[in-house]
Amino acid sequence: MDLNKILTGIAVIGGVTLFTRILPFLFFRKRQPPAMLLLIEEYIPPMVMVILVIYSVKDVAFTSFPYGLPEIAAMVLVAVLHLWKRNALISIFGGTIFYMTAVQTFLKGV
Amino acid sequence: MDEKNIFQKAFVATIPVLLGYTAIGLAYGLLVVHTGFPWFFAPVMSIIIYAGAMQYLALGLFASGTGFLQMALITLFVNSRHSIYGLSLLNTYRNTGRKKPYLIYALTDETYALLTSAEVPSGTGGPAFCFYVSILNQSYWVTASAAGAILGNFLPINTQGLDFALPALFVVLAVEQIKNIRSRLPVFIAAVSGFLAYFFIGPGNMLVFALLFAIGGLILFRRRLPSDGP
Repeated sequence: MDLNKILTGIAVIGGVTLFTRILPFLFFRKRQPPAMLLLIEEYIPPMVMVILVIYSVKDVAFTSFPYGLPEIAAMVLVAVLHLWKRNALISIFGGTIFYMTAVQTFLKGV
Repeated sequence: MDEKNIFQKAFVATIPVLLGYTAIGLAYGLLVVHTGFPWFFAPVMSIIIYAGAMQYLALGLFASGTGFLQMALITLFVNSRHSIYGLSLLNTYRNTGRKKPYLIYALTDETYALLTSAEVPSGTGGPAFCFYVSILNQSYWVTASAAGAILGNFLPINTQGLDFALPALFVVLAVEQIKNIRSRLPVFIAAVSGFLAYFFIGPGNMLVFALLFAIGGLILFRRRLPSDGP
């Protein structure tokens, strides 16, 4: 991998991230944001998260054994833990430990 | 309240984030070296980007040789939530003076959650409290990701499945976000957009298309959504 290309990539992502953080302070110090923007701003974050959930399992082989079942089961576990305890740490680690155990023991070599 | 008390109050408030960032930061550092990057990429990214979910995604984008424009678009969509955080902190950050640029740069999901749920001291203590919370959180994140990357170089432990921390983080954020909105329709639009992009565009370039489909769907169905702002 080309080091310079990756460092440029870090700068691009860092720059755009900073832009998303500065934006409201730059434009809406005095006036109210337009309605369309408010609509997008209200609904885009949950939509992005739903898409990222799908994206994060895009490389799973759903058509062959174990058909993505460890991923789906672990995700359901994370969601249930989170709705129950509302503690991000418990949810993330509960799900990850479950998943690691599944792929390192029961499904070893699959 | 004097400076030392404010620092203590800020530290106590950040303890949950200390635990969370340490764990997820360590996992991130490990993943950086296991993906084949030099260890210092972890702290460098934690300083320059400082957005956990995007840093995880960036590793995949770098590994697959994604173009800069596509990287910029994905970052814009994924981190657009920061703009909303900023909108609701316009007043809180109004009189923070020289601390303001740092506060804006360091606004993460967790810092936002703390500053909007913790009791920010009124008067002159407010800006100092926000500043300590922000800088403590970032110090946890940078330290943990560097430690994970350095440990990852020396400890060849079995990390198979550790990368599930990222899908897990997304599920948690999705649950949190979905609980906060007034209509379930956008969630449905997003899921359909994701599946359409997965099946018709393919896993490689699905993210940016899924996001574009989602925005299109949102604009198409905007009249069916409550829209008097957050």
